[in-house]
Amino acid sequence: MFRRLDETGAAVTVYVEGEAVTVRAGDTAAAAALLAGLGHTRLSPVDGSPRAPYCMIGTCFECLLVIDGVGSRQGCLVEVREGMRIERQKGARVVP
Amino acid sequence: MNDDCDLLVVGGGPAGLAAATEAAALGIATVLVDEQATPGGQIYRAVERARAPSIERALGASYQEGAALVARFRESKCDYRPGHKVWQIDPDGRVFVSDGERASVIAARQVIVAIGALERPVPIPGWTLPGVMSIGAAQVLLKASGLVPREDVWIAGSGPLVWLFAAQLAAVGARPAGVLDTAPPGARWAALRHFAGAWTGREWLKRGLAYRQQVFGAGIPVITGVEAVEAMGDGRIAHVRYRVAGSWRDAAAAGLLLHEGVIPNVHMAMSCGVAHEWDARQGCLRARRDAFGRTNIERIAIAGDCAGILGAEAAALQGRVAAFGAARALGRLDEAAARGRARPLHDALSRQESFRGFLDTLFPPHPTLLAPSDDVVICRCESVTAGTIRAAVRTGSLGANQVKAFTRCGMGPCQGRTCGTVLMATIAQARGVSPADVEPIRVRPPLKPITLGELASLAQSEVDG
Repeated sequence: MFRRLDETGAAVTVYVEGEAVTVRAGDTAAAAALLAGLGHTRLSPVDGSPRAPYCMIGTCFECLLVIDGVGSRQGCLVEVREGMRIERQKGARVVP
Repeated sequence: MNDDCDLLVVGGGPAGLAAATEAAALGIATVLVDEQATPGGQIYRAVERARAPSIERALGASYQEGAALVARFRESKCDYRPGHKVWQIDPDGRVFVSDGERASVIAARQVIVAIGALERPVPIPGWTLPGVMSIGAAQVLLKASGLVPREDVWIAGSGPLVWLFAAQLAAVGARPAGVLDTAPPGARWAALRHFAGAWTGREWLKRGLAYRQQVFGAGIPVITGVEAVEAMGDGRIAHVRYRVAGSWRDAAAAGLLLHEGVIPNVHMAMSCGVAHEWDARQGCLRARRDAFGRTNIERIAIAGDCAGILGAEAAALQGRVAAFGAARALGRLDEAAARGRARPLHDALSRQESFRGFLDTLFPPHPTLLAPSDDVVICRCESVTAGTIRAAVRTGSLGANQVKAFTRCGMGPCQGRTCGTVLMATIAQARGVSPADVEPIRVRPPLKPITLGELASLAQSEVDG
């Protein structure tokens, strides 16, 4: 749905659903998921419907992701780090 | 780490930055906490970030104005804490924050809440499908990451941001599928009643017309008089349907970006008891406050768009005025000095208010947005439809809290931030009363999800003293 016009900034490798994706420092985890063409980023715990980032400003909570193994992270508020693991949140958060 | 300060500012957008800069210059020990990693808020998001010159130009002069505001803030003595979410704010000025790992309490003698606006929710059929986002979201991706929507993405809505964003895309050579203009044609004539406001904002209006011309000039298709929009698809959006003059049309779509204006983010101020009222013109809640942004809660003031939509320029003015108000409350300025310093800012603010009256009439909230049809989801978190809410009203739930208890509308992780206004308006419509007569959702901490580990770190630091 989106393409990158600007390659300014340091390259960072993250793993979106296990796939290596090159993004830029300052990008958010939600942006990385969108760039990776992930489609849906979570399944609603209520009805299982697929959802994806909507507001990108920390309000809607649609971009909840599992980041480095921690569930229910707001993907639009987390900046990428080298080696970050970004995964879909399927249903309710699993408490380890 | 628990500490105290004279003034705590929540939010790093124009209002918060201006408030903190002004207060620090007055020698007030000021802390600014912000959820974002860098200063600027959403309007000046990532304004310090180095980017390609073509994108820098496309973001335009009004965006670049934010760079000066941020630079002055960086030079100030304010204690800046980015990446901190506020999860509880008490009327006595204690503010509970977390950096994602450790929680702490800041005890402030004065607090200025300046958390800005959010986009009005656009509850249309299919708006929960992946690929449907807000225009503001797409603009954040352009500012922060240099991303643009592909050719098969549609833009739909009404309001200044629609044209600004489409013009920015045109300027960087991106070609979205088209713009579906949902502004009701009659609004232009109604807006003429606010002639004085239009005159005050004539420079801005000229800019707005230039945006439109850029979009047309770039050959981006524009469809005006769009009465309704729907997203369709299985698992993600595949088509957009829209109605013009009573007949439906269909187009392939890999994405749909929606925008119908912005509303104040009232969540934090509501949680600590700041009095709010329904603003009929803007179709949203707004805080009750005096000319210095002071509220019914002695220690809590409010500034910028979270107190009522006036835009970034006005937000910065309000931030400075609120800093003078805080200085007066802290005994750093006497009444006459505070009023004297605020006077030119108040004059500038009243010009902004007059222009806003014109803008609000030009881009009124579409009636179906405040009362969607029965099958449309209102609460995205809990998948609650308008029909379910109306059924609850029919069985005697007259306020938002009763409807919430019976339907779970507003009970998900966003805590009603997104659906709150639509819920109130839908209940009002079902009862045949004004939304002003509907009790809003009661907001309780934690305002943001925090882990037990974060909570435990707070207890430990309290033990350590």
